[in-house]
Amino acid sequence: MSSDHNDEGRRDFLMVAAGSFAAVGAAGALWPLVDQMNPDASAKALASIEVDLSPIKEGQAVTVMWRGKPIFIRKRTAEEIKEAVSADSTDMRDPQVDGERAQKPEWLVLIGICTHLGCIPRGQSTGDVQGDFGGWFCPCHGSHYDTSGRIRKGPAPTNLEVPPYAFISDTKIKIG
Amino acid sequence: MSDHSSSYVPSNGFTRWLDERLPIIRLMYDSFIVFPTPRNLNYLWTFGGILTFCLMAQIITGIVIAMHFVPHGDHAFASVEHLMRDVNWGDLIRYTHAVGASMFFAAAYIHLFRGLYYGSYKSPREIIWIFGVVILLLMIITAFMGYSLVWGQMSFWAVTVITNLFTAIPIVGESITQWIWGGYSVGDPTLNRLFSLHYLFPFIIAALVGLHIWALHVVGSNNPTGVEVKTKSDTIPFFPFYVIKDGFMVVVFMLLFSWFVFYAPNYLGHSDNFIEANPLQTPPHIVPEWYFLPFYAILRAIPDKLFGVIAMVAAIVVLFVIPWLDTSKIKSVSKRPLFMPFFWLFVITCLALGYLGAKAPEGYFLLASQLFTAYYFIFFIVIMPVIGLIETPKELPDSITEAVEGKSGKEGASS
Amino acid sequence: MNSILKNTFLKNTWKLVSLLTAMIVGTVLFAGSALAAGGTGPEVKRQEWSFGGFNGQYDKAQLQRGFGVYKEVCASCHGLKLLSYRNLVQKGGPEFSKEQALAIAKEATVIDGVDEDGEPKERPGKLSDRFQGPFKNETEARSANNGAYPPDFSVLAKARTIHRHVPWYTEPYWWAYDMVTAYEEKGSDYIYALLTGYGTAPKGEVMGDGMNYNKYFPGHQIAMANPLTDDAVEYTDGTATTAEQHAKDVTAFMAWASEPHLNARKNLGKRVQIYLLIFALLLFLAKKSVWARLKH
Repeated sequence: MSSDHNDEGRRDFLMVAAGSFAAVGAAGALWPLVDQMNPDASAKALASIEVDLSPIKEGQAVTVMWRGKPIFIRKRTAEEIKEAVSADSTDMRDPQVDGERAQKPEWLVLIGICTHLGCIPRGQSTGDVQGDFGGWFCPCHGSHYDTSGRIRKGPAPTNLEVPPYAFISDTKIKIG
Repeated sequence: MSDHSSSYVPSNGFTRWLDERLPIIRLMYDSFIVFPTPRNLNYLWTFGGILTFCLMAQIITGIVIAMHFVPHGDHAFASVEHLMRDVNWGDLIRYTHAVGASMFFAAAYIHLFRGLYYGSYKSPREIIWIFGVVILLLMIITAFMGYSLVWGQMSFWAVTVITNLFTAIPIVGESITQWIWGGYSVGDPTLNRLFSLHYLFPFIIAALVGLHIWALHVVGSNNPTGVEVKTKSDTIPFFPFYVIKDGFMVVVFMLLFSWFVFYAPNYLGHSDNFIEANPLQTPPHIVPEWYFLPFYAILRAIPDKLFGVIAMVAAIVVLFVIPWLDTSKIKSVSKRPLFMPFFWLFVITCLALGYLGAKAPEGYFLLASQLFTAYYFIFFIVIMPVIGLIETPKELPDSITEAVEGKSGKEGASS
Repeated sequence: MNSILKNTFLKNTWKLVSLLTAMIVGTVLFAGSALAAGGTGPEVKRQEWSFGGFNGQYDKAQLQRGFGVYKEVCASCHGLKLLSYRNLVQKGGPEFSKEQALAIAKEATVIDGVDEDGEPKERPGKLSDRFQGPFKNETEARSANNGAYPPDFSVLAKARTIHRHVPWYTEPYWWAYDMVTAYEEKGSDYIYALLTGYGTAPKGEVMGDGMNYNKYFPGHQIAMANPLTDDAVEYTDGTATTAEQHAKDVTAFMAWASEPHLNARKNLGKRVQIYLLIFALLLFLAKKSVWARLKH
């Protein structure tokens, strides 16, 4: 009788051990199948771009692609800078001072994607609707951004994001 | 076996509620838990489970690869290389799929020869067998289409050669071939449709596997003695006995599988397929993947274009009718001493044809392929019907229980 | 059919079958030995590769030397279009530093976008760029190379193979041998043999215009002149700069280019195999213990 009990215990142990092994193996095999959908090595390698700012005139904006997203680069006029700085103390949904958002006051670099649901706000070309605050206006659900790209009116929860960038010379920036 | 009453008892309110509306747990319980299975199945019977694993592995890795593959002549080869080089785990996923095709066929052929040896195609299992042959046929087509998608030299010229087989059809051959190509030669439209169908077919195979198993569960498994189940003592429940046995063999199979994937992923492939497809240059030797070699040998054994194609197709089609070609009621070859040598000669024939399929069809190699091709068909068309009529089989045990435990007199000694 | 006849037939079945088998095997044996003599050129010798077999891994220093040979000697004709400069940095490869790789990339001119006039704009290469080939297209390559097309190196080491010159009936043995020893370096062995296989044409061989004699090249006439000589490329790590060593190193580099994740794959393979072995053992014991129940 007791040897029967031993057998049963041994059997249970083996079944549990085999079951756990199977579970670990299945999880291990699942991970590559999930991870393969992440950005691949060639996509990651494209992570940074250099942009020459010299052809951009004051008051003009250009759009460049970075990681498949539009990057808004605007050379702001003195007036626009003044407007942005003077609004620093106003009550905003996502309070941020203009100095935090622009490394050099005349250059504003933003990811041109509305933080609401991913549309591209208008306001890059002359003649575009720029919204109530002279910055950008998102046509999808009516978000208004000011000349610092901060959300001032509409459903967007946060300001237009500033990508990581650095000046590598006076007229050249590296994004990413 | 024909006991259709279910012993499933829902254990709680939810399963009771579900059982009255959709008795899916009952179906699973009856089919894979308590299902009465002959107690004497040997390890060759685990290949059904192994094949299920293979099909699932191919479908899963295939869906993943389709996320990265570009079915266009200019991009197909590069997109496969992109998968191998840049996509996270891409090389392993692709090698698993490529090696997986070979593993699938290896397991399928063992499964098929097990069925042949133990007479699993005989009454009452004809339908199971026929579905099995249909599955094999679809596997062949699917594997061929998958191989073509890589768009290397071997892919491209394999498609060219195989689609050109259709031109052997009198009168309409040319039009059929152009219809398959979607043009006047193998090109982008061809590649696109091959991709579409390569994605579709595995799901048709999966559905047919369902029917294959359904039919199996109506009449029950055959077993090495070939004596049908008579009493309850002849069977054991599928779970845990065969679940654990199949599971063990699946893991052993994975060991072999992973050896190829990790250490010799290109061993089963052909170096020419790493050269991008070039419609202006044919490789010096066109060789199909190893699992097609026997059929390829039969095709080339016959010097006539049309009859070569007919022979190759007939080599598979003949399998459909063997339940009626075999006149013997005795299932297992082990009980048929007269038939046994012919059976093993048939096994040797298939291996030899596989070898010859890789050789240039010249001189004695051609002669040998012709002899073996002849035997391939003689085995089915002459030997199977004739031997069943004239042989004296060995004595069969009265039951599976007797075969396992010995005659009741010897029962004490063997248990 | 009466029983005497049946028994005679039964007794003779085995004899009949063995006779038939012997006949077939005999003819094929004879045929095989006659055919095995055919084939082009001498048998390619197998080399010892650091990345060969079960434990094989690339030798980083060798890949760096090999890249040097590629860059100095081969790159003027042979492209590497499936690779990017960043690959030179990645683990399991030559593992150049980011600065070294960037310096290599910058030597290349890449066409990227258009200028204000819509003309293609040029810039120095970046790590994320593909290797820039020596020719704009196949036509240019052919016209510069006496009509021959120098193949791209990206997967070349997997796109070539060798054949053993063995009697046909031992072939299945060698297939099994190659499988068990995980022999995947046929292409590398061929490339090494080709690079070291130049020589003077034997008497009677009529050489085509601009062709060179190579005993391992199919047909023996190759458009590429012997590319490697002693001291062709400088090594900084003290390795002998013989032509053979150059050939070996550049072949290793090509093997890596064609299979860049080999190191990681073989390492993971060991862990997977150990896992599966233990799992199989557990299941075997569990199976035995479950089936032991039946005997009671």
